[in-house]
Amino acid sequence: MILEIIGISVLWLFLFGYIIVGSIDYGAGFFNAYSIVTGKQHILSKIIQRYLSPVWEVTNVFFVFFFVGIVGFFPQSAYYFGTILLIPGSLALILLAIRGSYYAFESYGKQGHKGYAIMYGLSGLLIPASLSIVLTISEGGFVFMEDGNPVLDYSALFFSPLTWSIVVLSIVAVLYISAVFLTWYANETGDMDATNLMRKYALGWSIPLIIAASGIIVELYFHNEAHFANLLSLWWMFAISFVLWILTVILIWKRRNYGIAFWLLTGQFAFAFFGYGIAHYPYLLYPHISIHEGFTNPAMAISLIVVFILGMALLVPSLYLLLKLFLFDKNYIKGKK
Amino acid sequence: MTLFEDPAYASRMLTLLTLSFHIIYATIGVGVPLMIMIAQWIGIKNNDNHYLLMARRWAKGFVVTVAVGVVTGTIIGLQLSLLWPSFMELAGNIIAMPLFMEVFAFFFEAIFLGIYLYTWDRFDNPKKHLLLLIPVAVGGGMSAYFITVVNSFMNSPAGFDIIGGDLVNANPVLAMFTVSMPTKVAHVLSTAYMTIAFMFAAIAAFRLLQKKNQEYHKKSLHMAMKIGLIFAIATALIGDLSGKYLAEYQPEKLAAAEWHFETSTEAPLVMWGVLDENNEANYALHIPYALSILAHGFPSSEVTGLEEFPAEEQPPLVIHYFFDTMVTIGMFMIALSLLYWFGMRRKWAFVEKTWYRWLIVAGGPLSFLAIEAGWWMAEVGRQPWILRGLMTIEEAATTSDYVGWMFVLFAILYLILGVGTVVVLTYMFRKNPVEKDLERMQGGDES
Repeated sequence: MILEIIGISVLWLFLFGYIIVGSIDYGAGFFNAYSIVTGKQHILSKIIQRYLSPVWEVTNVFFVFFFVGIVGFFPQSAYYFGTILLIPGSLALILLAIRGSYYAFESYGKQGHKGYAIMYGLSGLLIPASLSIVLTISEGGFVFMEDGNPVLDYSALFFSPLTWSIVVLSIVAVLYISAVFLTWYANETGDMDATNLMRKYALGWSIPLIIAASGIIVELYFHNEAHFANLLSLWWMFAISFVLWILTVILIWKRRNYGIAFWLLTGQFAFAFFGYGIAHYPYLLYPHISIHEGFTNPAMAISLIVVFILGMALLVPSLYLLLKLFLFDKNYIKGKK
Repeated sequence: MTLFEDPAYASRMLTLLTLSFHIIYATIGVGVPLMIMIAQWIGIKNNDNHYLLMARRWAKGFVVTVAVGVVTGTIIGLQLSLLWPSFMELAGNIIAMPLFMEVFAFFFEAIFLGIYLYTWDRFDNPKKHLLLLIPVAVGGGMSAYFITVVNSFMNSPAGFDIIGGDLVNANPVLAMFTVSMPTKVAHVLSTAYMTIAFMFAAIAAFRLLQKKNQEYHKKSLHMAMKIGLIFAIATALIGDLSGKYLAEYQPEKLAAAEWHFETSTEAPLVMWGVLDENNEANYALHIPYALSILAHGFPSSEVTGLEEFPAEEQPPLVIHYFFDTMVTIGMFMIALSLLYWFGMRRKWAFVEKTWYRWLIVAGGPLSFLAIEAGWWMAEVGRQPWILRGLMTIEEAATTSDYVGWMFVLFAILYLILGVGTVVVLTYMFRKNPVEKDLERMQGGDES
């Protein structure tokens, strides 16, 4: 009982990590491409490149960690999700491949190549959209059993308003998270033009974000009543999330403490994301797999947790070193080194 | 077409495609950090700018291939679940640990690679910068180790019991240390180092043929050929042990690879040839006693023939050619690098002749072909099993439709990525030729 809670919490935490780091990464790629197309390249590209270059591989690992972890802790999910996600999963993989490769091609090889930058900017924006389909499917109602095998109902999925509201939210969230982060980062580098531009984007995307997020709760009322009822009982988590959103917007509006604004934003997403996740409990896929039935054997669970702790002991200091040398090194971010 | 009608067949083809493409980048990912490390070490020790420049240029090209390696690695990781869901459900219960560890190893490697690349001039003591490469090389090696552990488990599953169709008594640690693991891991690592050394040798030889910067490329060629020779010999020794492993634990694979149909003593090794309707190998090279020696170490040993296995459990006979390709190229590379090494010491003129340089150039792609052939032999040779003796590929494959279409999409993707890599690398090194980089280094203006 306790092991599967630990397992799903660790995985959910990593998925949350991926959403934040990935959003910054994908949004930055998009803003970079956008600035090249609109001729504002001189303002943005430099800071975006400087931030992205050393950390992009790290982002991808969060994602791999999540799907490898879920197969380890909940092997049954490999069977169900593996079977039904063939097409959406493959499309997401193709986008991820184009995004990762062309990012490297552009920044290490042909710097400033327009076509490459647009390719990775756009594919980066579509990745969250395609991955978010998994969340929609997990709400249930799109999977039926045929000869004992799960089958995905593509047309129901395609015509469901829930699908599209989650897709919209994922794209808006990417742009908002990334804009808030880059406002802070640009401000740290002392580049006022870039800060002002990113601040404008951050404020611009804040309203659509909260509308899209509220929209999903309404959609869920029609789609999955059990989940909706659970969400309501956790109303306080979403209330905190909402307050944090207001505080973030106020700080950015007043051009103050961009760093704190970003951490408030992280808190806002953490409360909403964990609130959503806890309300989803105990199902991984309504109503086919729950975390209790789909859980692995105790020996494997304990081994994975031990490996996880050892791995963290290795990674946290290395990540700290990476952040210290690049993100928080005054000389590096100001472009002196 | 079967590709669009049979999901199991299409899943096999797509896995074949992804693995064949990924293994090129994975091999580079494992081998290049070691080569950079050696070059940078020699450069610091002898205070020789040529070697330092080698390290720098290799590292620059390396990032591009790492990116493609990362994405294709992500693809194969997720495709395992998408194409073989029943297998991953079973595997998740028993062999998830090394997969999990591989993520950590890779994470570790990625972090330090990022730091290494952006800190060329941030340390006053260049040895500190070299130290950053150790976690990169170790991380790359560990990734290969953990993934090969999973593949070993597929060949010789262990660490659990099956009672009444259920997996019980799972021991994830035992599952990692299976009988095939030591030879497989050693073989994967040594061939990766060997192939990358010969890849750099091929590049250097090609540049020398184009009369480019002689001194730099000669040093590079010499170093790469020596490292290649060491690992080529190591590979041959490990290959011999792999043969003994197969004879003991997967005799059907060895028998199919050797076209050894009847159990016999004093078995000859059959190289190449064509099978006729009576299963006789025509036009083949028969090396007397060699199969008995490969299998058990003695000319008189008995080698199990393919006839002892039911027809539906016999691997396809085509793996004979994969095996021969791998062995022939391996032998050729040992001969080529050994002759080069002797020739350079004894000042034999022919090793610096144009025709010999062309042979070295050919050695690069040939080594990669040997790696591909080795993996085809390992994977096709396990047919019909995905988990030997427990689960067939038919049972493991997805039941989804449209796998054939996914094959087409991924084929296009790999074409784009493959062409992209070549275009970008060519552009990068054309823009920054060795001469320009050297001038920059000697001028002290490093950027």
